[in-house]
Amino acid sequence: MDAAAQSQSLGHHAPVADRRPWYFTRPTAKTGLVSWLTTVDHKRIGLLYGISALIFFLIGGLEALLIRIQLAVPNNTFISHQFYNELFTMHATTMIFLAVMPLSAAFFNYIMPLQIGARDVAFPRLNGFAFWVFLSGAIILNVGWFVKSGAPDIGWFGYAPLTSLQYSTQFKGDASTDLWIMGLQVLGVSSVVGSLNFIVTIINMRAPGMTMMRLPVFTWMTLVTAFLIILSFPAITIALVELMMDRTFGTGFFEVSKGGLPILWQHLFWIFGHPEVYILILPAMGVISEVIPTFSRKPLFGYPIIVFSGATIGLLGFGVWSHHMFTTGMGTMATAAFALATMAIAVPTGVKMFNWIGTMWGGHIMTRTPMMFALGFLWMFMMGGFSGIMHSAAPADAQQQDSYFVVAHFHYVLIGGAVFALLAGIHYWFPLMFGRKVSEFWGKLSFWVIFVGFNVTFFPMHFLGLNGMPRRTAVYDGNMGWNSANLVATIGAFILAVGIGIYFVVILYTYFKGQKSGRDPWDGRTLEWAIAHPPAEHNFDTIPVVRARDPFFHEKHLAKDKPPAPPAEPHGIHMPSQSWFPIITALGLLVAALFYSYHHFTGAIAGGVLLFLGVYGWSHEGPGGYHIHLDEHSGDDSSHKAH
Amino acid sequence: MSSHAASGHIDHHHDHTTSTGIPNKKLFMWAFLASDCMFFGTLISTHLIYRLHPPPGSPDPKSIFSIELTSFSTFILLMSSLLMALAVNACQKGRVESTRKNLLGTIFFGLIFLACQVYEFSHFVHEKGLTLSNSTFGSTFYTLTGTHGCHVAIGVLWLILMYIRSFKPADADEGRPWIGKAVVHLLVFLVTIVASMSAMMSYTHIAAEHGWGAVGTFLSHHPISTAVTLAGVIALWALGRDKSTAEFGEANAIDVESMGLYWHFVDIVWIVIFTAVYLLEYV
Ligand code: HEM
Ligand SMILES: [Cu+2]
Repeated sequence: MDAAAQSQSLGHHAPVADRRPWYFTRPTAKTGLVSWLTTVDHKRIGLLYGISALIFFLIGGLEALLIRIQLAVPNNTFISHQFYNELFTMHATTMIFLAVMPLSAAFFNYIMPLQIGARDVAFPRLNGFAFWVFLSGAIILNVGWFVKSGAPDIGWFGYAPLTSLQYSTQFKGDASTDLWIMGLQVLGVSSVVGSLNFIVTIINMRAPGMTMMRLPVFTWMTLVTAFLIILSFPAITIALVELMMDRTFGTGFFEVSKGGLPILWQHLFWIFGHPEVYILILPAMGVISEVIPTFSRKPLFGYPIIVFSGATIGLLGFGVWSHHMFTTGMGTMATAAFALATMAIAVPTGVKMFNWIGTMWGGHIMTRTPMMFALGFLWMFMMGGFSGIMHSAAPADAQQQDSYFVVAHFHYVLIGGAVFALLAGIHYWFPLMFGRKVSEFWGKLSFWVIFVGFNVTFFPMHFLGLNGMPRRTAVYDGNMGWNSANLVATIGAFILAVGIGIYFVVILYTYFKGQKSGRDPWDGRTLEWAIAHPPAEHNFDTIPVVRARDPFFHEKHLAKDKPPAPPAEPHGIHMPSQSWFPIITALGLLVAALFYSYHHFTGAIAGGVLLFLGVYGWSHEGPGGYHIHLDEHSGDDSSHKAH
Repeated sequence: MSSHAASGHIDHHHDHTTSTGIPNKKLFMWAFLASDCMFFGTLISTHLIYRLHPPPGSPDPKSIFSIELTSFSTFILLMSSLLMALAVNACQKGRVESTRKNLLGTIFFGLIFLACQVYEFSHFVHEKGLTLSNSTFGSTFYTLTGTHGCHVAIGVLWLILMYIRSFKPADADEGRPWIGKAVVHLLVFLVTIVASMSAMMSYTHIAAEHGWGAVGTFLSHHPISTAVTLAGVIALWALGRDKSTAEFGEANAIDVESMGLYWHFVDIVWIVIFTAVYLLEYV
């Protein structure tokens, strides 16, 4: 901590001249490129996450369309097998790590601190760092498209021995697999760092009166997700380290010829991979738990049960990974145990469904666009859950494994579940973020086209799977009886694409020209609706005091007495300063990882040095900060730089 | 280990309190260490799985390990934890000089541990023929202990940065060349380390030949490294006696404390590794 910040935090308020060298002067621009590159504001970082995630969502969608075109008719020669492999690898990797997870992170960043009445997250610079590291990982993963090696082609699960030096270089002789390894590794750093920050924020930075059992459900699910991330990512980190050692230093972790066990990769991968699917769905459940009460005009039914079932799902999620490995010959006992544990996970999930339905029961349901998406979520997530339970019966799964039935299952939970909820979240919080409201007509139109397109695409896949069509094959014979269902699915995919297209156009239009929403357009229940739309830099003029589970709704409609006075902030509102070091440090990581993927060690070391300089500067620059003084009469912000 | 009183007020800019009363940095460190547990858990289980399923022709660890050296470095690491705890304690009481000395001691012991590991690795490779790639035992052994070594090295780096920072003067106007002084200090430190390290290694060599009691043989063989080590320690002690007020003080206790949490954790993990990888081979 620098001298100024310290004297200030100790309560002395001597003005201190800034005599630090130029490389420690803090950027102060509030608009323009530099302000975005150096931002530490959780709302801006949330927007950065959201915009990048949506762009990658479109890229992943494009990849999916190419896959569906190839499968539209039997014996198709539209694309090569090699390209097909790259497409399904990158489609899944992109959708999971570069679209759904960062879109959730966008809401964690933007909404969670507002819901708990905080001015920012606990470590604002670290938050910026997490975003730039995420972007670095995304770049590394996608570099393959632009170089000779091509994109990774090993599946998002990277099963051994597909990733061994021998097989992965057989056709391409190059770095695509290493790009995948390093890309995921870097993304892991981002997720873990971000999650540690959210955990501290939620536990430590709640407004007075905001007890844990008054936390909004979305914030609760953020917390559970963050714990899942910090506890499950190390498994894949180590798996990737071991794989990297195999490829770079000739070790034999997953190399049969050297005594390695390829099955170990599957264990390590799914110890991460199964919790990962809950990392994708829990934030979605959080969004749904905000949307449904608001548009049913009732408090969430069974709040404690929703919270505990969320935590239970998180816990159980660590004990069921081997249900992805029923056909690997684990033995009867292991198989039975994992089958039972998997079925058990359906219980808390089902409980949540009943809570949402119970919330709507007897409510005044307002079918606004966010609510439509939420209703779509309920319906399709339920279908995905049913096929999930079908997989959990090991004998049945022996038939379904690696067939299109599994593809149908996870798309129902991932698109019908996670993506629908996030699309609902965008509509729901759009007025808060931009002060504008999406037209109901166009919003609902996009919903219906997406809903129909989605079901036309994925429902037939259940039948394809039960008829034995395997996943991850680029061509199929015309005599298998799969032709019409595949054609229908491809047509559905285009309908879905049109729906997503409408959604995006509508959102963009609304951002620039949409109708002004006014404050609190949905008559919201939680604290984020209590502030200006779009929010001021400092979020709250005064930190709210919380007296109920739906604090804003309570103060608006239910409270009989006046709310207690908010805590005083004698020196004005203290805000963290912007900083260059997060992006510099992330850049070091990007350079190091990228060069390492090409086994170019000098370059990697250069990146490492940049990384170190970034960390050094970061630690010596100190957290800094400045004050905002609100003029009580006009409500205008007048800010001055404290140090 | 409560430091709330000392550290609450420096947390997150202006927040004099947090919802739980636990400083943010401490909570962060605890959460990170939970994550790190899974990290080492995965590595250790990988090692154990391959020990339970050794491919044909796997080496016998007992014929490779030198348990005396490893026990010694384990002891050293434990002692470093003690010094770390003393450093935290001193910092909480605002005793900067004592904090510095204990930090230096922790760095010193950490480096000895690393030196032992470097020695061990090169010994295993060159004399015992155990490499990263010629057996799954070598792969898992080097990856696991190497990762732990990286943790120690990062810890040492962090300690050094903290040590330098503790010389930053409180009064910005004074403009003393504190960085220069810190650098001189570190240089002396480095020379001392190298000298003592080479002394240490020669000692283990001699001990291997003549037994651990052969101190006399050692002193007569290596007078220079011994003398430089001694002179270095004295110089360090003198340099650390900086009476002027530094910016560093009680307010930094939380920084030292979270660094200490990390250091103790790395220590505990080593105890687990020592047990699972080394000692288990002897039962
Ligand atoms: C009721 C809860 C659920 C149950 C019982 C369940 C069960 C299963 C089972 C047993 C499999 C393995 C099928 C096989 O490979 O043969 C599976 C695969 C999968 N599940 Fe679920 N699931 C549930 C919810 C979810 C959720 C919420 C998500 C994601 C948001 C999800 C995503 C996936 C994915 C991506 C796969 C395929 C992984 C791959 O092979 O690439 N599932 N599920
Ligand atoms: Cu699973």
